Amino acid sequence: MNTAQFLIIFISAVFVNNVILSRFLGLCSFIAISKQTKPALAMSLAVMFVTTMSSIITWLIYRFLLIPLNMTYLRTISFILVIATFVQFVEMVIRKIAPPMYRFFGIYLPLITVNCAVLGVAVLNSDMFFSNDKPVPGGFIFSAFQGICVGLGYTLAMLLMSAIRERLELCNVPKALKDFPLGFIIASIMSMSFMGFNGFKF
Amino acid sequence: MKDSFKELIKGIIKENPTFVLALGLCPTLAVSISVVNGIGMGIAATFVLVGSNLIISWIKNFVPDRIRIPCFIVIIATFVTITELTMKAYFPPLNRALGIYVPLIVVNCIVLGRAEAFASKNNVIRSLFDGIGMGIGFTLALILISAIREFLGAGKILGLTVIKGFQPAFAISMPSGALLVIGLLLGFFNLIKKENK
Repeated sequence: MNTAQFLIIFISAVFVNNVILSRFLGLCSFIAISKQTKPALAMSLAVMFVTTMSSIITWLIYRFLLIPLNMTYLRTISFILVIATFVQFVEMVIRKIAPPMYRFFGIYLPLITVNCAVLGVAVLNSDMFFSNDKPVPGGFIFSAFQGICVGLGYTLAMLLMSAIRERLELCNVPKALKDFPLGFIIASIMSMSFMGFNGFKF
Repeated sequence: MKDSFKELIKGIIKENPTFVLALGLCPTLAVSISVVNGIGMGIAATFVLVGSNLIISWIKNFVPDRIRIPCFIVIIATFVTITELTMKAYFPPLNRALGIYVPLIVVNCIVLGRAEAFASKNNVIRSLFDGIGMGIGFTLALILISAIREFLGAGKILGLTVIKGFQPAFAISMPSGALLVIGLLLGFFNLIKKENK
């Protein structure tokens, strides 16, 4: 376990394999909530919190429950259950603390449960940091760190996108491309520029 | 019967999950590199949709409202696990090509979206047809996108060369190409919708 490994995970999760722009995880919320910066930031923070916590919890479940009991085929069910519980918790907190934000999110907050980024990072962690059902040394810390980095990557893409779309409000765009379609075309150009990070080698 | 037929048809064009409702885009973009992958993902998602719609519309009256989403998710995850294990046993190359996107069917917005918006409010027969219709709509959308991408990105369709000497644009099979194709397709469908009004 050394700094280089952390740096590799960081660069890979935030830039090279950005959750949204190269793995396509969490696209629905990315397109739907990125119209303004403030809700986009709130959503990103909620996702970052959930990815970090669920990485930690799912690693523990995989290591101490599913592997000893030889039930790794239950990975999908157990991971999604933990995540769903967690999202309900986050939802309750937001409803208590910020009701206007809660109303704004509407259907998209319960849909963090079905935000692919959250389950995606849990599945990736269990693929990357376990070999033949044995934990890789330092895997726990790496999983948690990867959770944070995936959340950061999501936040980065979300903030860039919402800033672009705020300015786009002032532009005259073809009617048929308004909202969703233009969002994808912008994301495509962003993804192309993120491809430049592919050259980084350690 | 006419009623159920209507539920079946609406998922294919009028409420197409991909192009009109813009749901379930993550797997659509990730697996649409080749038509074979697209069809495989479409069939897997259709199986999960039909199964979960059926069970959810059947048990909707016993499930307390507050915990309905976790309940729905467990049901969906069960069907996904069945699909995952079947695919691993009988179609290992397809399973490798689809990778982490098979377990991720569980978080496909279409499946939970239909469970929440349709199956939890309608009877078993209508939910069954809704599931089949949405599944077919999703599969057709996947075939369309993957055919475009496979043709432009690799010069092939279903692994066969279509035009000799065609210089493929490699960028279309990269992630950015997927986003570009779906953006333009969504715009195209918007245009058709506006002109029909």
